Amino acid sequence: MRVVVDHDRCQGAGLCALTAPEVFDQSEDDGTVLVLDPAPAAELHDAVRRAAGLCPNAVITVAD
Amino acid sequence: MDLQAPARQLPLTRTCPFDPPEEYRQLQAEEPISPLAFPDGVTGWLVTRYADVRALLADPRFSSRRRAGLNPVRRVPPELEDSLEAQPGMFIGMDPPDHTRYRRLLTGQFTVRRMNALTPRVAEIVADRLDEMAAAGPPVDLVRSFALPVPSLVICELLGVPYADRARFQQWSAAMLSLATGWKEMMAARDELRAYMLGLVRGKRELPADDLLSGLLCRPDDDALTDEELVNIGVLLLIAGHETTANMLALGTLTLLRHPGQLALLHADPALFDGAVEELLRYLSIVQFGIPRIATEDVELGGTPIRAGDRLIASVMAADRDPAQFTAADTLDVTRAYSPHLGFGHGVHQCLGQQLARVEMRTGLRALLERFPTLRLAVPLDRVRMRDDMFIYGVHELPVTWDS
Repeated sequence: MRVVVDHDRCQGAGLCALTAPEVFDQSEDDGTVLVLDPAPAAELHDAVRRAAGLCPNAVITVAD
Repeated sequence: MDLQAPARQLPLTRTCPFDPPEEYRQLQAEEPISPLAFPDGVTGWLVTRYADVRALLADPRFSSRRRAGLNPVRRVPPELEDSLEAQPGMFIGMDPPDHTRYRRLLTGQFTVRRMNALTPRVAEIVADRLDEMAAAGPPVDLVRSFALPVPSLVICELLGVPYADRARFQQWSAAMLSLATGWKEMMAARDELRAYMLGLVRGKRELPADDLLSGLLCRPDDDALTDEELVNIGVLLLIAGHETTANMLALGTLTLLRHPGQLALLHADPALFDGAVEELLRYLSIVQFGIPRIATEDVELGGTPIRAGDRLIASVMAADRDPAQFTAADTLDVTRAYSPHLGFGHGVHQCLGQQLARVEMRTGLRALLERFPTLRLAVPLDRVRMRDDMFIYGVHELPVTWDS
C-alpha cells in the first residue's frame, strides 16, 4: 500500500490522525496532514482506508 | 426552477424526542432532493440522503457565503439583511480562499495531538463539577450543573475569556441561537457579545496571556488580524465551543438513560466510550435545521438539476439516519464498528473544534456515568423540555437524580 496526500487541499480536520495515528499526524503550525508512514504495514491497511474515506476533503489517496 | 411537487416547509415536528421529524423518512425514501419553501417565499431544495448531503457539502460549487435568505426557519426582516452578511473573521459564512486563511490560523490549535494533551485538564474540570453535584445532592439540573459548565469552562480557558463573565455571554449566545428571540433582541445580544469581546481583545493587546486570542494577536505585520476580525473569531469560537458540546453532553446522557441496554454495555466495557460518542453524534446530529448552501453554477446533484442561485439545506440529521448508509440506522448501537457520520458536517467547513468536542464528550460522559452509576431521570420523559426552538437541538433542562 502507498499513501499519498494532496496537502494543498487539507483543512486539518484531523480525522486521519484520529483514525490511523500510526500513519498520520498533523502539523503543529497549521494542523494540516503529515504522513508518518507512506507504506504502512498490512495490519494498518483497514485503518488507513477508513481514514481516507472519512477525510472531509478527500485529500488521502491509497494505492495498493 | 422546474418543480415536480409543491414546495413544503422544513419539517419541524418530532413525534419521538430522539428521532428526526417523521416527514424526513418519507422524503428520503421518495423525494430525497425535494422543493423547500423558505420563509421569504423563495423555493429551494431540501437534501436528505447521506450520499447527496455528503456530496453537496464537499462540492465547492455550493457556496457557504452567508446571506440572510438562507435561514430555513425564520424570515429575516429586509432592513436587517445587510447586517447578517458574514463579517470579517466570521469564517463559517465564507468560501475559500477567505475561509482558508482564517481556518489555517486556527486548525493548528485544535489538532488531535493538542486536544489529547488537554485531556487531563478536561478531566479535572469534569471532576470538579461532579464533586459539586455530589455535594449538592440529588436532584440536580444536569444542564446547569454539568453539561453547560464543562464545555464553557474549557473554551473559556482555551480562548482566554473570563469564566466569571459566563452569565452574560451565555445569555447573549442563547438569545442568538433561539427562534423565540425577537430580531431586535437578537441584534442587541449580538452587539453586546461583540462589544464584550472587543473589550477582551483590547485588553489582550495591552497585556497578552497564554491563550488562543492572545496568540492570534501576535501575527506578522503583513498578516495581522484587525480588532474586528479578532472579535468575530472570538465570538464564533465562544458560541460554537459551548452551545454544541453542552447539548451533546445533556442530550447524550438522556439518550443513554433511555437506552438502558446500551448504558449497561458501557458500564461493562468502558473501552466502548469512544465509539459510543461517535454513535451519539450520528444518532442525534443536533444541527437540526440543517446546513445551508447556495449553488454558484448549474449543477446536477443526485440526478436533480440545481440552478445557479438555488438555495439548498443539507439535512445532516436525516442523512445520519439513512438506511442506505447505516445498518439499522434508527437503532442506537454503541458497538457500531464504523460510523462515518455527518454530525460535524463535511467538506472544508467540517467542525474546527471536533477533536475538542470528542475529548469533552469521551471524558465527560464516562466520568459522569462512572461517578453516578444509578443516575436516572427525576421527571417523566414528557416533562423534559426539548430544544425544538433552538438551532442546536438538545434539552433546556435535565432533572436527574441518583442514589446517594
